[in-house]
Parts: sequence; C-alpha cells; structure tokens
Amino acid sequence: MRRLRFHPCGNFNETYREELTIFETDFGRLSLLVGLILLFVVVPFISNAYILYIVNTIGIFAIAAIGLNLLIGYTGQISLGHGAFFGVGAYSAAILSTKAGFPFLIAVPLAGLITALVGMIFGTPSIRLKHLYLCIATLASQFILEYIFVQWEGLTGGAAGISIPAASIFGIDLGSDRNFFFVIFFCFSLMTWIAVNLIRTRYGRAFIAIRDNDQAAEGMGIPIFIYKLLAFAISSFYAGFAGALFAYYMMSITPEPFGIWLSIEYIAMIIIGGLGSIPGSVFGTVFIVVLSEVLSNVTQYLMNISPSIGGAITIAPLREFVYGLAIVLFIIFEPKGLAEVWRIGRSSFRLWPFSY
Amino acid sequence: MEFFFQIVINGLSLGFLYALAALGFVMIFKSSSVLNFAHGGLMAIGAFLFLVLSAWAKLPIWVAFLLTLIGSFSLGFIIERFFLRPLIGEALIEVIMLTLGLFIMIKGLLLFIFGGDIHSYPDFLPEALTFHWEAVEIPGVYVASFMVGVIFLGLFGFFFKYSSQGIYMRSVADNQPAAMALGVHVRRVFALSWAIAALVAAMSGIVLGIINGINVHEISGIGLKVFPVVILGGLDSIGGAILGGIIIGLLENFTAGYISPGLREVIPYIALIIILLIKPYGLFGLVEIERV
Repeated sequence: MRRLRFHPCGNFNETYREELTIFETDFGRLSLLVGLILLFVVVPFISNAYILYIVNTIGIFAIAAIGLNLLIGYTGQISLGHGAFFGVGAYSAAILSTKAGFPFLIAVPLAGLITALVGMIFGTPSIRLKHLYLCIATLASQFILEYIFVQWEGLTGGAAGISIPAASIFGIDLGSDRNFFFVIFFCFSLMTWIAVNLIRTRYGRAFIAIRDNDQAAEGMGIPIFIYKLLAFAISSFYAGFAGALFAYYMMSITPEPFGIWLSIEYIAMIIIGGLGSIPGSVFGTVFIVVLSEVLSNVTQYLMNISPSIGGAITIAPLREFVYGLAIVLFIIFEPKGLAEVWRIGRSSFRLWPFSY
Repeated sequence: MEFFFQIVINGLSLGFLYALAALGFVMIFKSSSVLNFAHGGLMAIGAFLFLVLSAWAKLPIWVAFLLTLIGSFSLGFIIERFFLRPLIGEALIEVIMLTLGLFIMIKGLLLFIFGGDIHSYPDFLPEALTFHWEAVEIPGVYVASFMVGVIFLGLFGFFFKYSSQGIYMRSVADNQPAAMALGVHVRRVFALSWAIAALVAAMSGIVLGIINGINVHEISGIGLKVFPVVILGGLDSIGGAILGGIIIGLLENFTAGYISPGLREVIPYIALIIILLIKPYGLFGLVEIERV
C-alpha cells in the first residue's frame, strides 16, 4: 500500500497530472466517502418530511446551479434564462410522460436533451454577442419561453398546467419523499462527478480559455462558437434534467415557478456560492434554499403572532428585501462567495492547533 | 382609420414613456458601462416619493416635484457611493448581479411600505390640456408628459453639449484613461451620472404613475422593458434611445391591435433577439472593435 498523502507546505507539483488532481490528500477522499455514506444512509432516515422536502429541493436546484456555473463561472457566458430552461425540462418531462407515455428513466434524460437543444437555439446569438448583449439576449429568451409556457395551451395546458403520475423505477413507486430522495441524490452525485471531471478535460480547458479571453482562445485554435454552443447545451442539459426531476417530484407543474425570479435565484446561488467552483454552486444552493425557507417561516411566524396588525400584506415583501440584501452584501464583501469562505476556513484549520 | 390613428397615438405616447425610461439607463451605461437592472426600482422610488410628498404630505405640486427630483438626485449619489464604487474594476457579472440585488431590495422595501395596490396622484392637470382632433382624443396626461419630456430632453442635450460637467461625462464615456490623464475626476463623473440617471428615472416614474396609476409591480416591470428599447437604439446613444422607445411602443400597440393582445408583452423581446442577430450594436450604437 502506498503511503498516505498529506498537505505539503507549499505548491510542489511536478507534473501537470498533480496539478489537475481533485483530492490533494487521502483525507479528502476519505471525507468524501464519509459524506456520501452520511448523505445516503443517515439523512433520509433521521429527517422528518419537512426537512426531507428541503433537502430534496436543494438536490434538484443544485444540479441546475452546477449547470449554470459551468456556463457563467467556467465559460463566462452570462445567462439570465436558466429558470426558463429549467421550466423547459419540467414541461418536456411532463409532456413526455403524460402524452407520449414514456417511463421515468427515459423521460428524464430525454427532457434534458430537449432542453439542451432549446438552449443551443437560444445560445446562437453568442456567435456575435458578448457580455452585456448576450446577457440581454438570454433575458429575452426567458420572456419568450415563459410566454410559450402560458400560451401554447394545447401542449402545456396553459395556466392550469399539467399533472404527472407518480414516477416508478423497476416497479418501485417513487411517490414518497424518501424514495425520491435516493433518485435525486444519485443523479446529483452523478452530475457533480461529470461536471468536476468535465472541467479537467480538453473541453473544460477550452471553456476556461474562452472565459479568460475569447479572442486569445480563438487564436490558440479553439473554435469558440462551437465551444460556446456546447457550453450552452451542457448547461441547459443540467437545467432540463433538474427540471424534469422537479416535475416528477412536484407531480404537477404550472408556468408560475419558472419566471424571471427563478433565473435570478439561480444566478444568486452561483454568485453567493462562488463563480467557477462546483462545490460553490452546491453551497450557494443550500444557502439560498435555506434562506428562503427561513424567511418564509419567519414571515409566517410574524403573521401568526400579529394577525391583527394586518401583517399578512405588509411583512411578506420583507423576504424579498432580505434576499436582495444578501446578494448585495455578498458581492461587496465576499465576491468569491461561500467557496472562498470554506477554503479560508479549511486552510486555517489545516494545521490546527500548531499552525506554523 | 380612426382605430389606426388611435393605435398610432397610443403607441407614440407609450414609446415616449419608454424613451424617457431608457434615457436614464443610457446615461449610466454611457459614462460607466454599468448595465443597470435597478432602473425600474429607481423609477418606482421616484414615483412613490412624489406620491408621499404630493398626496400624503399635501405639499403644492411644484414643491413636491422639485423635492422629488432633489431626493432622487441624492439617492443616485448614495447608491453610487455605497454600492457601485466598491465594485469599480470587478467582473461584469458581479456588477449586473449587484444592480439586480438592488432592484430586489428596492422592490421589497416599496412593497413593504406601500403594498401592492394601485395608488394615484391628486388630480392636478388642467382640463384644457386635453387635445381633440376630429374623432381622435389625446388625454391631457399624455400632452403634459410629452411637454415635460421635451423640456428635459432639451435640457439634457444642452447639458451634454455645453456644460463642463457634461463634457467631462462625454470624455469619460469616450475614453476613460485619456479623460483621467487630462484631469477629469472620473469617480465624480460616475457619481454624477448615477445621480442624473436617478433623477431622470424618477421623472419617468412620475409620468408613468400619472398615466397608469402607481403600482410597484407595474413601474418596476417597465425597467425590464427598457432593454429592447436600448438595444434597438444602441446602448450608448441617447438619440437612439428615443427613437428605439418610439419604435418599440408602436410595435407593441400594433401587435396588440392587429395580431393578438397576448403577444404584446413578448413582441419587444422577439424583436430584440432579431435585432441582436442582425445588427448587434443597434441603430446608433458604437460598434466596438476589439484587439487582442
């Protein structure tokens, strides 16, 4: 057996392979294993229905957030339409399962592929556009897709939406939160694994080169348009996949959740979590979902203790205010997000209690 | 034919509103290259400030109007100083996200204070402003807002063309390092452009409030409609913003009148995508030439 690896006191990488390594030490690998065991064996059995619902929501949103981080954080193409792509995935899954009768296992990846196609269509303006202009083009795609969700009643059921029968895999019913938990987190682990490794391939390096300077990247022989489209496709695939899981989990979908607000939430997740960091996207998702749950509980609580003051109308918008405040404060004081906080925290404990 | 004229007039007046809203937006973009998502929020703040001063504090209309302009002017300074200045030189997405965060904050705060109902200003426009021409009728508010808009557009044109601060602003927009080297106080120019933009936003918020009633959702929603307008006109062109506003306003009303009312909300964005594909820098926008 080879010797365990510990942290060196500096950067002593000698090969490119060492530079690319995911786990710097064997403890990293070990803690990942412990984390996965905790996640799959302990969490679903100790948490009550409400906690499980929140954890499931985090899992679904985290998949889409990772996809958005691949696009914004790694490729540098700002998208304000991620919420709508998430909706495209949800609607495709719903339509595939109700109208075409596809089973869960086929409908979900297929929904992801359909969304990837839609994402590529709306990604085509990136041939000529960059930065602000692309950002506005994706904003337009958000509104156009939203309009299609509401108006194409024959396919999407209009404002009434579609209800979906409970999913099942190999005869196991996925109607309960706990059964669905395993599906969500299996997909989550798989998608995270893919994303982390994608960044280490030539595709990932091309994405990063495009983010850092697209003209220099083109000069180095990267066909930037193809790679930009690929980034849009991959990111939309993640969004569509997550959206499909969301549709099956909620069992009925309406156009409302997929508005501009959701897109803003996704961007908030990856900004707060940390741009260009896969764990960061997960941290950000946890932060946003927990924050929004806490805020809605607080508003509920305040409404219950003071129904006479007419709290129902006046307190609810404070939620939005706190939400905006969190985004603004993070951007001003910790622009690299929670991933950076985590890194700083970890490295100060690395040699604890004998640091230097 | 009457229907046609009514549509043209509605379209022109709506377009004029968009143009007013786009004006402040272009101002910020032109001098500091910040894409301001909080613009709708600034408009709403202006509209509500005027509401508080005119309807609740019962000040005379002119005093209330002046105080609103002064208030939003200082608000622009404050926003630039505390939120935008720490981000000078940061990545684009962070600045965009910051203005989005500001927008959510402002909207939440206004909803908290004023609720989601439609408020309205006291009636202060003289009846004589209503304009009749055969069967076509133009309500007084449109005439008044048109007059206010033209006055302010004239003032700003004058300001940019002849005043020293206006020239500084143009120089910063043109070439920031060169302006700095010539002794232009760039940070002050940024602050001033935010202050002026907040002022213009407040004005367009008031006009919008007079026409449609004051509602947080509605006014802040217009802030997003500004994007098709400025993209069509060119992000950094004031003349383009006006023309773009009028074109988008007409387009919306013609779509609603002749094709389908439901399509009205989304047609500007479809137009936006088409413009971006054909002519990305808009009608009058400056084409950016990049060199590695």
